[in-house]
Amino acid sequence: MLHNLFQLVRYRGLIQSLVVRELSARYRGSVLGFFWSFINPLMLLLIYSFVFTVVLPGIRPVEIEPYALFLFCGLLPWTWFSSSLLESTNVLISGGNLIKKVMFPAEILPIVSVLANMVNFCFGLPILAIFLVYYDAPLQFVELIWFPVVVLVQFVLSLGLALILASLTVHFRDIKDLMANLLTLWFFSTPIIYPMSEAPPIGRGLLNMNPFTHLAISYQEILFYEGPFGHWKWLLVLGVASVMLFLFGYFVFDRLRDSFAEEV
Amino acid sequence: MTAIEASNVSKIYRRYGRQRQFATLKSALLSRSLVRDLKPEETLSALRDVSFSVKSGSTFGVIGRNGSGKSTLLKLIAGITKPTYGHLKVQGRISALIELGAGFHPEISGRENVFINGIMLGLSKKEITKRFDEIVEFAELEDFIDAPVKTYSSGMYIRLGFAVAIHVDPDVLLVDEVLAVGDESFSHKCLDKFAEFRRKGKTILFVTHGLGLVERFCDNAIWLDAGTVKAAGDPKRVIGAYLSDVQLQEEALLKASDTKVQASAEIVTTPELVESASEDSLAVATKVPADLSRVTEGRWGSREVEITDVSLIGKSGSPGHLFQSGESMEIQIRVKATKRVSDFVFGVGFFNADGVCCYGTNTNIEKFQASEFSGEGVVTFKIENLDLVEGTYKLDAAVHSEQGTPYDYHRLLHTFRIKSRLKDVGIYRPVHRWEFSPAIRFETETKAETE
Repeated sequence: MLHNLFQLVRYRGLIQSLVVRELSARYRGSVLGFFWSFINPLMLLLIYSFVFTVVLPGIRPVEIEPYALFLFCGLLPWTWFSSSLLESTNVLISGGNLIKKVMFPAEILPIVSVLANMVNFCFGLPILAIFLVYYDAPLQFVELIWFPVVVLVQFVLSLGLALILASLTVHFRDIKDLMANLLTLWFFSTPIIYPMSEAPPIGRGLLNMNPFTHLAISYQEILFYEGPFGHWKWLLVLGVASVMLFLFGYFVFDRLRDSFAEEV
Repeated sequence: MTAIEASNVSKIYRRYGRQRQFATLKSALLSRSLVRDLKPEETLSALRDVSFSVKSGSTFGVIGRNGSGKSTLLKLIAGITKPTYGHLKVQGRISALIELGAGFHPEISGRENVFINGIMLGLSKKEITKRFDEIVEFAELEDFIDAPVKTYSSGMYIRLGFAVAIHVDPDVLLVDEVLAVGDESFSHKCLDKFAEFRRKGKTILFVTHGLGLVERFCDNAIWLDAGTVKAAGDPKRVIGAYLSDVQLQEEALLKASDTKVQASAEIVTTPELVESASEDSLAVATKVPADLSRVTEGRWGSREVEITDVSLIGKSGSPGHLFQSGESMEIQIRVKATKRVSDFVFGVGFFNADGVCCYGTNTNIEKFQASEFSGEGVVTFKIENLDLVEGTYKLDAAVHSEQGTPYDYHRLLHTFRIKSRLKDVGIYRPVHRWEFSPAIRFETETKAETE
């Protein structure tokens, strides 16, 4: 297993070109083309801001101001997370041609889907930056150092889940549809549209079990809230857990690897 | 040095019954059979105990019927799947021409696809850049290389896939029946490329139905049948063994279909029907198809004289269904008269697969005057040289009265196949030869073959 894992380094060129292909194929043929990478998160933000400030203003706690910025801090990484997982459920089946006909380490496919979505996430960052400047957010340099750490933890976590989902979906196609619904539930079980402080005490314990809670809170503390980054302990614990999850995911993937060419 | 070494390789595929197909995560979790479901239940061994070795620098052919495990073997060698049992060792870089252009993404341009495909096949970006022009030139796609691949015709798609795969510069090239796809000029180009590979001392493994190709190119060959090696070694010998087995199989198939056709014809005219029919000759007439020129299989007649058996006897002297064009053939018709008859005509006719009557005759046409027949007898129609072109033929055999009232009419019930070395066309081959004035000269070899 570890041998296979290290072999992946040899394929970094392929991973890179597949990510580029994924991104360039995504908007190929559309008028706005590449700009969709910027427009999509912006639109998402506008819709959510509109719903929670105009349509349902009661849900939004008053002290969260500016709400759009708060929302954006959680929404952008969530989009990366959820689309990575959703895509990875299908990635081995849609890439079946490759697995069956070319000698090809299959784990590259889920890795590419996580990475491609990460690049999309990075395209959203300049827009986030504009928001931060516009709202004059209380940014501190010391806090910003943590930002890449949060991104890294999220990357490892997504990768671990993506590997598990990708390999299991080959055998159980239901996971794909299950996941689409699960992700909706997951979204509302994460403090993205509401702050953690608003959650009832019983719910808070449950929310703490949700790994993405800590990622969302970390993003919010670094970018939105004033004061030092107090959530780092949770983040580090999650980091360690994510690495373990990744290794477990890779183990599962590796065990099922030989069945892919026959099943997809 | 050996390039490919297979020792006792077996590959077992799982087969799923209906039940397993619908197993879902939920049911797996509910019945706690997650682990069990991931284990094979029914199995199918695609390859059994296959051992062979391919010398480095040689060309190796794999032949066999559809479903004999050829492609599975290729996938194992390419490393796409792993053998269930046994060991397989391959030395050097492999390029598999299995599904050409398998990794192409339809939305992006040919250029980008060449790069990605090349990287997948193990080239570095630099190597591809270096060979890019050569690849495009080989694929003859200079004008279209920047168009998205989805706009390509299937020929263009395959050419590009082939061009990339062949420019990977592999040590071992695996070829799976790819020459069938391109047009004539492209497949010549591919053959030239293979020849170049051979000259360079690379190893090639061919999986093909093109036996001529194997005979021409390969140093060694194996014949796979139902997952096992039936013969190995010299290509000519392996092909010979394969072909004779194919003939046996074909013979058996023809016989089976013949028996089936005849059996279904029997059902149409069951004995009781015939009996009641023979009392009333009008009823017999209704049994005869209204339009005899319409070609349908069947059997009818009053059975005063019955054809009990029709067998075709070839050069070997035993009944069969496969004949070489130009060889001798005897049609033996066994007949039995239920009562004494003095008015009878025996006839035969050949029809080709299109239903065209190639030849038909009977004893009346040829001025035989019937006198008497009772009991059992054998009518033999001897053909010295069966000068039919290659194809499948059906036979009519009949015995009827001089007025044409059928006693027993076998319409297209007997099938035989003609094989020919020559691929001449038409429905009939007259005995012929060519003559040329001295100014027109041919290589002697070609002339020998037309004779």
